[in-house]
Amino acid sequence: MIALLTRDMRLAIRAGGGFGLGLAFFLIVSTLVPFGVGPEAEVLARIAPGILWVGALLACLLSLDRIFQLDFEDGSLDLLATAPIPMEGTVAIKALAHWLTTGLPLVVAAPVFGALMSMPRPGYWWIFVTLLIGTPALSMIGAFGAALTVGLKRGGLLLSLLVLPLYIPTLIFGAEAATRGIGGFDNTTPLLMQAGITLVAVALLPFAAAAALRINLR
Amino acid sequence: MPEMRRTKQARDRINFLWEWANPVKFMWFSGVALPWLIAASALLMGVGLVWGFFFTPEAINFGSSVKIIYVHVPAATMAISAWFMMLVASVIWLIRRHHVSALAAKAAAPVGTVFTIIALITGAIWGEPMWGTYWAWDPRLTSFLILFLFYLGYMALWGAIEDPDTAADLTSVLAVVGSVFAFMSRYAVNFWNQGLHQGATLSLDKEENIADTYWIPLVMALVGFGLFFVVMVFVRTRTEIRKRRTHALELRERMADA
Repeated sequence: MIALLTRDMRLAIRAGGGFGLGLAFFLIVSTLVPFGVGPEAEVLARIAPGILWVGALLACLLSLDRIFQLDFEDGSLDLLATAPIPMEGTVAIKALAHWLTTGLPLVVAAPVFGALMSMPRPGYWWIFVTLLIGTPALSMIGAFGAALTVGLKRGGLLLSLLVLPLYIPTLIFGAEAATRGIGGFDNTTPLLMQAGITLVAVALLPFAAAAALRINLR
Repeated sequence: MPEMRRTKQARDRINFLWEWANPVKFMWFSGVALPWLIAASALLMGVGLVWGFFFTPEAINFGSSVKIIYVHVPAATMAISAWFMMLVASVIWLIRRHHVSALAAKAAAPVGTVFTIIALITGAIWGEPMWGTYWAWDPRLTSFLILFLFYLGYMALWGAIEDPDTAADLTSVLAVVGSVFAFMSRYAVNFWNQGLHQGATLSLDKEENIADTYWIPLVMALVGFGLFFVVMVFVRTRTEIRKRRTHALELRERMADA
């Protein structure tokens, strides 16, 4: 399993186009929004957590089809299916690799981009914490969506149509927790709810995703 | 197909409930039941709607706009029920692999989508005079919009996959996972924003109910919409089964030619 993890990460980093792209996309979104709504600091500060969350979500979405698609095309997914690791384990590891290469950089970069949006000081901390809790769910849900659409030739658009509605609860609780934290309110409830969604996704979705992969490989 | 049907029949003798999953039996039963269902749903919808629109008093504070309730509430109820029916049908397909079940789930999706659109539009039309806005990010409204998105994704997945059995499998998995997330979204949205929409108008708990004058036509419309949904699902499932049969016949012909 560790071998698979290192292989996936190495592929993601070296193959080009995947690793930095999500981060660059995130930066572009954070740059474009001020152009759209105007440079007033108060307005930007108010919408910053929401924009950063939506930006992270879309950046995550960009690289989802790479989770299984390339392996499916060159046949290594079939090898993985017959390997001694259960399919569920493969899915979980691939989602973890996706998170390490896409989710984690976003989490680290978000506070910096928050500065671009003139977010108040406590915001740096809260956007970091909420994204750290929420992005594993994004990767896992995304892996499920990618498993559903892996056999399709033009699955990209469909993938976003399938995955984005599934992101709604994570987005709501994540952005809410960040906003409340920045406002100085108690945000324990949304934080716990968000953590709960992440744990449920990580615990149950590998089974659903593995089932979908098996159907697609049949 | 033929030998599959035979093994299925052998299994069905053990458990009579699953007999209706046999395509032949389903075609027979739905063919017999359809005229009655159509008549009943037309009668109930007609009487309920006409009664509701023309023979109920106008409510204080609401004016005649209250009458949209006879379309809005049944449509909204059926939109949710349709998704639930799809979930049950999908689970049956995943566990017992009855083709009629998968086809019924496929057939129900567009019907449910249309009910969702009707509920959203009638709600907007009602909301303009009452709340002063066509759309508000109220929990109920938002959940319906999310439900609509789920319907769209489900149908798009059906449309995208060529092999019918793979499509049935994948959409069933999506229906199960989607239901869990739709449910979570419902409560997340509740948490996110307190709304304008009134609470439940109908419930078995009598105290909350609206006055009887509105209640009887509303229940008629509700049952009428429900039967209409069954009619639509039957018709669409029959079409799907016939489509499969024609496809099988075409294949057989091509095999004979070759």
